[in-house]
Amino acid sequence: MMRYNGKKFLKKELLPFFWCSGCGNGIVMGCIARAMEESGFSKKNTVVVTGIGCWGKADDYLTTHTFHGTHGRALAIATGIKLANPSLEVIALVGDGDGATIGGNHLIHAARRNIDITVIMSNNFTYGMTGGQYSGTTPFGAITSTSRYGHIEDEFDISELVKAAGAAYVAKGTVANPLQLQKFIFKAFKKQNGFCFVEAINICPTHYGRANKLGKAPEMIERLKKSSINIKLAKDMKPDKLTGKIIVGEYINKKVDGYIKRYKEVQKRATI
Amino acid sequence: MSRATKGKRVFMQGNIAAGEGAIAAGARFFAGYPITPSSEIAQHASIYLPKVGGTYIQMEDEIGSIGAIIGASMAGTKSYTASSGPGISLMNENIGLACMVEAPCVLISVQRAGPSTGLATKPAQADFLQTRWGTHGDHAIIAVSPATVQECFDLTIKAFNFAERFRTPVFVLMDEIVGKMYETIDIPDTKEIKIENRKIATCPHEEFKSYNFDEDLIPPFAPFGGIRISKANGSGHGLDGYPDTNPENYDRSVRRLTEKIENRKEEICLYKIYGFKDAEILIIAYGCSARSSLAAVEQARKNGFKVGLLQLQTLWPFPDHLIKRYSKKAKKIIVPELSLGQLKSEIERYVKNIPVVGVNKVGGVSITPQEIIKELETGYK
Repeated sequence: MMRYNGKKFLKKELLPFFWCSGCGNGIVMGCIARAMEESGFSKKNTVVVTGIGCWGKADDYLTTHTFHGTHGRALAIATGIKLANPSLEVIALVGDGDGATIGGNHLIHAARRNIDITVIMSNNFTYGMTGGQYSGTTPFGAITSTSRYGHIEDEFDISELVKAAGAAYVAKGTVANPLQLQKFIFKAFKKQNGFCFVEAINICPTHYGRANKLGKAPEMIERLKKSSINIKLAKDMKPDKLTGKIIVGEYINKKVDGYIKRYKEVQKRATI
Repeated sequence: MSRATKGKRVFMQGNIAAGEGAIAAGARFFAGYPITPSSEIAQHASIYLPKVGGTYIQMEDEIGSIGAIIGASMAGTKSYTASSGPGISLMNENIGLACMVEAPCVLISVQRAGPSTGLATKPAQADFLQTRWGTHGDHAIIAVSPATVQECFDLTIKAFNFAERFRTPVFVLMDEIVGKMYETIDIPDTKEIKIENRKIATCPHEEFKSYNFDEDLIPPFAPFGGIRISKANGSGHGLDGYPDTNPENYDRSVRRLTEKIENRKEEICLYKIYGFKDAEILIIAYGCSARSSLAAVEQARKNGFKVGLLQLQTLWPFPDHLIKRYSKKAKKIIVPELSLGQLKSEIERYVKNIPVVGVNKVGGVSITPQEIIKELETGYK
């Protein structure tokens, strides 16, 4: 798998990435670039849409067509691009603030209608760019710059949510296991029809890690490894044993028509 | 095929005429969210777009709707949405995005009485300034406004042409009266309709830069999926579309986005003049209030008043040059509008030496010709 380096999709002269030292976004970027190459994508035929936030800067480094849009709206923009030109590979990169919080409504509806795009969510449980506030995926009890006394809200399991909304493919990996994460992204890219979603559990040593005394990047990566548990194993475990665990694996991989195929039927029916 | 493909005379609703205009102009993508009094435009799109190979999608909200039409536009498809004030309020952030990435698109806004849910859905003209300044930051915008069903068709085509020519979002600012009204209109033969398409990049692909503008300040377009790699960027960017936060660069960028439209008012500002061109009393109005004004002018002229009507068909960029031109002999300007004076206040920025008087109603009913005539007679010698 590692024989793909994905270099042709990265703008070499703009490297290194601007993200903080220890941030896992670079790992996710590497996985995406390699998976693009492995999938046989071309720069010409690929459009990457981003929102706003740390992960929203990802498009700066890509050699494909890109659209750097507004906070939370990457999926709406991606939907329009895909419908206007269904032959394009359309990928949206969103963070947990961008995709699971302000853009949560677009996410569940894109999954429900199975628009044929791939979404890769970098989930670091916090708003990094604005200074480490709590997001829709921040765990109960966590300390953030706006939950100094401990977070009182429960978090979304965003992969479960997208699966429940009807997506064709949903998988969760972590930056502690790039090989697995890359495999999930590759499978999402290769999926022919429907909405594909890969959640990449990421680390933010600068804000989330520091506020919750999780140590520096190597310790946070180690923690991810220890708390990851495969979905197949988790299935037979009691809920109390899964507290604080990250359930990695494929949440769903099902055959669907996809929006494009169904809309082509509409066009046929309309012209009869 | 859409009705617009055949030249004929038809009895049609204003909203439908706008929808027909959109398809006639070459629009092939609509994303929207239902809202009265604009919903017929969405329904029309859902029926007729798939017939011509186009796409209709009903999004989860208006924010998603404008996001989708901007995306579709950057993929090279003429795109539009339709809504009313509450929906346009939700779209505002992404209207700025469309200005910034220079995505040609058309927003049909059928005004109803606000603020908030207001009088759902009685007529109003109080979103005049919303179209201009709804989104944050310095920018220019184009807005046209029909007063008849014929104009709903004609001006929607013009709106698409402006959007394509200037690579910018364009409003068709309608109102409940004009949108819901039925009138007989002439739909010209397809061949007779002048359609413009955005300027396409022709340079060698390795030299292409997404925002490398020409002398007319407008960058040639390259769609997603083409050999010229396109970078659409809502953040401050250089000519290549990559981020650039340099103050001089950003200052130039914002000025260019404004100047590419404001410098070309003469060709954008459409209007009609009725009655005396050198009127002693000039009425300035648009949309449904232009209809009441026209009736008032016709009646008042019979009674010997030297009165004229300047009907603004383009509202933005603001046609101050037309107002100066036609108010030279005027002793008074009357501005009937279904708002507390949004158009009037804009006119007052340019007319300093004569009184500008409003005829204003915000109760959700139209202004009658008699109410305008009453104002005409006030102080007239």
